[in-house]
Amino acid sequence: MHIPDGLLSVPVLLGGAALSAVAVGTACARERQRLSAQGASTLGVTAAFIFAAQMLNFPVAGGTSGHLVGGVLAAVLVGPYAAVVVMTAVLVLQCLVFGDGGLLALGANVLNMAVVHPLVGFAFYRAVAGRGGPSGVRGIAGVAFGSWVATVVAAAACAGELTLSGIAAPSVVLPAMVGVHAAIGLGEALIAALVVATVVRLRPELLRRARPRVGSSVLSGALLGLTASFALALFVSPFACTWPDGLERVVERFGIDPSRARLPLPAPLRGYVMPGLGASWLGTSVAALAGTAIVFVACLGIGRILTPKRVRPIATDAEASRS
Amino acid sequence: MSGAHWLRSYAHLDSAIHRAPASVKLLATLVVVTGIALIPVEHAIWTAPVFVAALLCARAAGVPLRAVLARLAIVQPFVLSVAALALFQGRGLDVCAAIALKTTTCVAAVQLLAHTTPFSEILRALDLAHVPRALVATLALLHRYLYVVADESSRMKRARAARTWRTDRWTTWRSLSSVIAVSFVRSVARAERIAAAIRARGGS
Repeated sequence: MHIPDGLLSVPVLLGGAALSAVAVGTACARERQRLSAQGASTLGVTAAFIFAAQMLNFPVAGGTSGHLVGGVLAAVLVGPYAAVVVMTAVLVLQCLVFGDGGLLALGANVLNMAVVHPLVGFAFYRAVAGRGGPSGVRGIAGVAFGSWVATVVAAAACAGELTLSGIAAPSVVLPAMVGVHAAIGLGEALIAALVVATVVRLRPELLRRARPRVGSSVLSGALLGLTASFALALFVSPFACTWPDGLERVVERFGIDPSRARLPLPAPLRGYVMPGLGASWLGTSVAALAGTAIVFVACLGIGRILTPKRVRPIATDAEASRS
Repeated sequence: MSGAHWLRSYAHLDSAIHRAPASVKLLATLVVVTGIALIPVEHAIWTAPVFVAALLCARAAGVPLRAVLARLAIVQPFVLSVAALALFQGRGLDVCAAIALKTTTCVAAVQLLAHTTPFSEILRALDLAHVPRALVATLALLHRYLYVVADESSRMKRARAARTWRTDRWTTWRSLSSVIAVSFVRSVARAERIAAAIRARGGS
């Protein structure tokens, strides 16, 4: 998702740089009290950790591999504002030392991956996890759901920037980016949940600092997620309905008869349309809503599977003989 | 972005370009990249001389062209997929090629900056530009410990692969995730040691 230079227009670059400067400046001000030897070393070494974690490739399918973005993971491990500073440092270093991501596009990249990704993800994580912190079913489910939502929203932000720059029509880039990252986000969700579950098992005391201050219920988390996806679907749907136009044009140009194209597997919500609702914006929105609900339930499942079972006290001989 | 070759930097070399002040190189790259961003897609061919100039400068600075081209290849999947979107909109192959050329030239310019500027110089330039201290300190420590943590996690990954006999995807994911988790736990311990070392040397 690292946008190189030359793709975004100057107004979008300036807007992205201004927004991320405000966000990173605020995060740095919040972290100023941590500018002790301990605080600075924690931020620096966490950034090195996130960089190293991004280098570990996970096998996906068909010989392809993916890697972690880590914004939500950093937010859960060291707190949301520290995560903004950490992720910004990682992106600046990737740009200035390794030439990954544009110099002028740094503002836009920071906005997507260092501001939107950790903060949006942490908001959803906090809504699902409630008072319990990252340990427990809700905590792990929150990490997974937050990571998924963050990846999708960051991809939508990236698509929005490309659209505003006039590089691609929203009808093409928005469904493509959101669709692909809805799948990539599942990997991000699973890795982040696995990592947090292992840290909870090894050193639970390390996660106490990033514990949310206000709690809320699973229901409010679900409502937040569903509302956001509904809003996103409302935004995407007018463009999504025109999506086949561009594709059909390419298909026609290459002399392929669209009616002969068949899917290898029957898709349940083919063309983002719910059966019985027609090809209206409502159908697209309901399909997006259903997709988000399925991911939310899957995340709760991941939380249940990955949460360590409580060790039951061993029954004494007397209790055993009584039962 | 895996493997040690990706981490290789030629910023330590000595040449006239390497010796130029970091702030001047940063500004020059920003000007070049802004100029390319302002060029309309139909005149993108004018960025080709800039691309050649960036490669020639890299060559003059002693940076192997293979290193620059290898990194250019790494970003191509994103560049080409965005450029391919032009095809989907029926804007033609020339627009698609123009977008790819503009972007690749910008990437080459940023590569030249990255390969010819020591990071300590960049940090000094950022400090002079009043970038918040929290970010500069984080960047300095990130650059110092990046190679240490990356080496450690790749060693852990190798050790775990040697111990794990099963190769199914779920086992691989679980073991790689635990490598990341243990890497975090070790990072916290390392941060505590660094803080103690800073304090022992009179830091606060």
